[in-house]
Amino acid sequence: MVLIYIDQDDQEIKKASYEAISYGAALAKQLGTSAEALLLGTVKDNIADLGKYGASKVHQVNNIALNSFDARVNANVIAEAAKALGASVVIFAHNVNGKAIAPAVSVKLGAGIVTGACALPKTDVGFVVTKTVFSGKAFASIQIDTPVKVISINQNSFGIEVGDGSATVANLDVAVPTSSIKITSVDKIQGEVPLTEASLVVSGGRGLKGPENWGILLDLAKALGASTACSRPVSDSDWRPHHEHVGQTGLQIAPNLYIAIGISGAIQHLAGVNRSKTIVVINKDPEAPFFKAADYGVVGDAFEVVPALTAAILKSKGGA
Amino acid sequence: MKILVCISKTPDTTAKIAFAEGNTKFDENGVQWIINPYDEWYSLVKAIELKEKDATVAIHLVTVGGADTEPIIRKALALGGDEAIRVNNTSNDSLVVAQEIAAIAKEGAYDLILTGKETIDYNSASIGSMLCALLDQNFISAAVKLEVNGSSITVTREIEGGEETCETSLPAIISCQKGMAEQRIPNMRGIMAARTKPLKVVEASITTATTSIKNFDLPPAKSGVKLVDPANMDELVRLLKEEAKVI
Ligand SMILES: Cc1cc2nc3c(=O)[nH]c(=O)nc-3n(C[C@H](O)[C@H](O)[C@H](O)COP(=O)(O)OP(=O)(O)OC[C@H]3O[C@@H](n4cnc5c(N)ncnc54)[C@H](O)[C@@H]3O)c2cc1C
Repeated sequence: MVLIYIDQDDQEIKKASYEAISYGAALAKQLGTSAEALLLGTVKDNIADLGKYGASKVHQVNNIALNSFDARVNANVIAEAAKALGASVVIFAHNVNGKAIAPAVSVKLGAGIVTGACALPKTDVGFVVTKTVFSGKAFASIQIDTPVKVISINQNSFGIEVGDGSATVANLDVAVPTSSIKITSVDKIQGEVPLTEASLVVSGGRGLKGPENWGILLDLAKALGASTACSRPVSDSDWRPHHEHVGQTGLQIAPNLYIAIGISGAIQHLAGVNRSKTIVVINKDPEAPFFKAADYGVVGDAFEVVPALTAAILKSKGGA
Repeated sequence: MKILVCISKTPDTTAKIAFAEGNTKFDENGVQWIINPYDEWYSLVKAIELKEKDATVAIHLVTVGGADTEPIIRKALALGGDEAIRVNNTSNDSLVVAQEIAAIAKEGAYDLILTGKETIDYNSASIGSMLCALLDQNFISAAVKLEVNGSSITVTREIEGGEETCETSLPAIISCQKGMAEQRIPNMRGIMAARTKPLKVVEASITTATTSIKNFDLPPAKSGVKLVDPANMDELVRLLKEEAKVI
């Protein structure tokens, strides 16, 4: 059986978990077994709906202590659940919580692990999982040599598949160790899609000259319904908040569309965005390295091009 | 307080990524090696900051790797580690590395273990989490802030779309990222002192790997950028809608 861990935050199921289920369901089909989900704690969402993404059953460890995240506790509970249910593969989203617990679960299960997988395993000979390495600059195919396996999948690498299934929900009794971590505050940026979950991202670099010029970028983001990001010097100079910094030393993202405005395309920047499906580069320098990594390019002054693009998008939306 | 800082050697961020021996090995030809930026800029410097506030803090460094990791570990000593341990194991299986570090950690009875959020070569982000299971200690990942007050700590970690702050007690394992500390450059005095700081070599004790790398691939080259006239943004919108189908 393929067991998929459902990540929750503040009693809401994370989007990345839906993709993990779709991936787990496709793998289960390939292995001729079932895909079942594991939920720790309680959520506001309708749990049976997880069937839409391909889970036939949801096992719920119904203990509200599990609504706040503690890596040590969660890993213990997941490993015990996986043993009790006889899971042969355990799937996680490679998001913040998945990264914190999947390796610990693998230790407890004596399972080999591949983190950051970007495709379904090849299972005709052995069990080989492809993952991104060198910050997206290459792929490695890694064989897992243990009977039980753990995989965490990169966000937005497989896609969410929605059907019309419904899952049965069953209570699972697993001992929950006492947490010795007390969460004292949670600070969320209101009303924004987290950058790692965004499908459209508009990003600005030093070419925008200063924080006072961000208006044109924010207007474009608003017209598109996109999240905003920036290059490292921009966040280092406090033109934009640190959580917007993408690249090798910032967030690694893989949106469907990444629009880079006034960003040169240094290798460390590309490392954070090169898994984007479509890249648009707006830069006044035709020699900017970013054009080599782009699908569409506009050689021009951002201060003219960006407002024109915003107007064209609004026009196309209005006219549709 | 005793702190163990995990140090990994990675290729420089601008290194050419190429593979050798039928795409089964990373091509190390001409590659410059650095301390993994997350280990250096955030975990090591954070440990140094803690020591600057409290001189009784001892900073031990551990690296799992061959003799070629020694220049890296000397640099980490120059920045401010007190002593270092190199486990002579060249495995790139995360579990093997984590088990070697866990053995050192058990022996040293550390109050705090710091790792980077991930390494920039294999991006596994696994060691801290594995240590959590191997040592049965609290683990807080992707931390951007850490305060130590006696035996209790306050840690802020990244969550999707924000930050979460928690309190717990030592011992603990923390993986560090941007925000934790500011990058430093070793000074001459540090470099001189590092030459005589103890660097102990321990033989490998773990040999069974759970995974094996079959081969590497480079992403297919982009087919080339399609340039759009800056005076015709309607065309760019059309391409994004009809060709790329992303909006
Ligand atoms: C170890 C290491 C890690 C790093 N990690 C990261 C990382 O995670 N993320 C990151 O982003 N960087 C990172 N960097 C820094 C990186 O090397 C680059 O310095 C940085 O990405 C450059 O930012 P930029 O493109 O905004 O600025 P610049 O390189 O200064 O580029 C500005 C661009 O704007 C263009 N421009 C100027 N005016 C206009 C205009 N009016 N209209 C249109 N275009 C205009 C210019 O032609 C130029 O291409 C790292 C560096 C190192 C050494």
